[in-house]
Amino acid sequence: MNKNSNSRMRLLGMVRKESWQILRDPSSIAIAFVMPVVLLFLFGYGVSLDARHIPVGIVIEQPDLASRSLAGSFERSEFFSPLYFNAIQDAEKAFDERKIEGIIWLRNNFSSNLLSGQPAPIGVIVNGVDSNQASITRGYIQGTWLAWLTLYAQVQGRTLSMPIELQQRVWFNAALSSRLFLVPGLIAIIMTLIGSLLTAMVVAREWERGTMEALMVTPLRMGEMLVGKLIPYFVLGMGGMLFSVALAVWQFEVPLRGSFWLLVVCSALFMLVALLIGLLISIVSKNQFVAGLIAIIVTFLPAFILSGFLFDINSMPAPIQMITHLVPARYFVAILQTLFLAGDVWPVILSNMGALFLMLIFFFALVWKKSRKRLE
Amino acid sequence: MHFGQIFALAIKEFLALLRDKRSRIVIIVPPVVQLVVFSFAATYDLNNISIAVYNRDPGSVSRQLVSRLEGSSNFKIIRMINHEAEIAPLIDNRDVLLVLNIGPHFSADMLRGISTPVQLILDGRNSNTAMTAMNYLRTILQDFNSEWMKRQGQAGPKTVLEIRNRYNENLQSRWFIVPGIVGLLILVVTLLVTALSVAREREAGTFDQLLVTPIRPVEILAGKAIPGIVLGFIESTVIIILMVVLFKIPLRGDIGALYLGIVLFLFSATGVGLMISAISVTQQQAILGTFLFLVPAIILSGFATPIANMPEVVQWLTYLDPLRYFLVIVRGVFLEGDSYGLLFNQYWPMLIISMVTLAFSGWLFRHRMY
Repeated sequence: MNKNSNSRMRLLGMVRKESWQILRDPSSIAIAFVMPVVLLFLFGYGVSLDARHIPVGIVIEQPDLASRSLAGSFERSEFFSPLYFNAIQDAEKAFDERKIEGIIWLRNNFSSNLLSGQPAPIGVIVNGVDSNQASITRGYIQGTWLAWLTLYAQVQGRTLSMPIELQQRVWFNAALSSRLFLVPGLIAIIMTLIGSLLTAMVVAREWERGTMEALMVTPLRMGEMLVGKLIPYFVLGMGGMLFSVALAVWQFEVPLRGSFWLLVVCSALFMLVALLIGLLISIVSKNQFVAGLIAIIVTFLPAFILSGFLFDINSMPAPIQMITHLVPARYFVAILQTLFLAGDVWPVILSNMGALFLMLIFFFALVWKKSRKRLE
Repeated sequence: MHFGQIFALAIKEFLALLRDKRSRIVIIVPPVVQLVVFSFAATYDLNNISIAVYNRDPGSVSRQLVSRLEGSSNFKIIRMINHEAEIAPLIDNRDVLLVLNIGPHFSADMLRGISTPVQLILDGRNSNTAMTAMNYLRTILQDFNSEWMKRQGQAGPKTVLEIRNRYNENLQSRWFIVPGIVGLLILVVTLLVTALSVAREREAGTFDQLLVTPIRPVEILAGKAIPGIVLGFIESTVIIILMVVLFKIPLRGDIGALYLGIVLFLFSATGVGLMISAISVTQQQAILGTFLFLVPAIILSGFATPIANMPEVVQWLTYLDPLRYFLVIVRGVFLEGDSYGLLFNQYWPMLIISMVTLAFSGWLFRHRMY
């Protein structure tokens, strides 16, 4: 009993010391609260895969009814903002100077061929450097062209029908707005950053300043020191997390279809893993420079590229897919995208939570082992 | 200017950086490993998308359509389902990305020449993946349609779109992403090397000693800037060789134009790094500052999502980001075969960024009190 209360006192003392340290250096508070706001705002508005008003050049060599009605279809589409050219050379020049992303080329025999029933091909050139945008642009050009074909047939008193009509229904995100899936993913990335950054520096700093030796001669036990360091940062990180969720729901209007408490539980689990990784980095490196570098290299960049936040994991080569299993953000991104957009889909949530739980145990054991060894 | 003193200071900085085995490893190994891993990982192309087909049609035309899907390398049919109720769990649990629902009269309608619907149900949790998969499927259906019309003797539309992709003919996302990763890694290394250099000395108290020596602030600035620039230059050369040899990205433009871009980019990254370093009092603040600059710099650079899609206010912010200009240069020289003339508008902003940041950090060395 007495032993327990002693331990609790030591732990409380440690928590108090860490909390004071956080409060005295405002940079930790800045990480936990200012950073999520700034990042979420920047990214929520800045990161988008939805192209609108793509600048395209329409080359009309022979202005007449057919070419003008096709140009009108592009003019009315919200996806394009067309510029007009009389000759392909001028359009090519604008294309090379990156003023337009694509060229739609109606040759001078376009209308006459169309009327006389001869083939009337339309030349399309798309800037393929950004391959993803290029294929989106191609899709929009095809869609606009198909819509014009139907319209043009109607004007001529015919109906144009394709044998198979594709009717698509997109679940969870009917408008295919990229913000709805990017914002939950961004929360995972921001939490990775905050969780690991917060702790990556703290132990390294104690070593560098020599205060670790001072802590070592106190009766404080290893476990108490670790837990004492984790608690204040956990509270800070969870505060930042809830703040981000509020922003996502109210500012970016991402629907939260799953249950809020399940989200809190999953976030707490993920936050602990991120904090432990930060702690591990800081114990291993003992040096703030190395700790900071490792934190960026092993947490932020993999969370950005290997988590499935932006790039589809199933399309990566098999060895890379195996590597992604080591990135905790991968599981959290899956949980967040499902909880926000689809709801409480238990098979997805439980399998990913299980993986996070295993990581938690693994990293705790590793931190425990490493820190003991150093103290001996 | 005493070049001897600058040189001596630069040597000292190099030693401080490379003396520690851990920091040596951390500077050299991760960029190369990450280049390889990320370059293979970062792709918007989809292959082997798991799909399910719900086919209620007894006829042969739907079987032709399904075998067309089976033949495509983009799709992998993992389940043929028999009940409508099976659709929801398959999509909810992320077992399949899409379900193709073929109605009972499909073949009969097709043979009679009536337009017939096919329903496509997609998991929209990742809207980009959903849209890409939809475009793949649409292409397959369009081909099927026009072949069908030809075989049935119907006249299809007389116009066709002849689409060509310029610069990246097969639309491989790797050609787009790998040059981006190069810029990203060079930025990370250069920033970290420089951002901590002054803060570390401030924390240790040796920066005051440096200030009372006869070395002038400009010379200190130069001495502090050199290691980052030299390291960044060596690493970018290694990475560019890897890009050409390992990833087979075509180098179509002028390599001199590329290196002019690299040098300007390294100067501006070093300038930003030194500025962060000069503002911060502790190393922790310097690392935080680095993060606060680095993360937006990467996301707003056009590395993964286009700048043109951003709202106008955010687009203005991107003009402050040196990575934005550098990415245009790398992609322009590699894929579009650009030379100095077309890249002029990317060079001068980086020059201004580096001059402003370097001048400001030099001023801060003297005037920052803490």
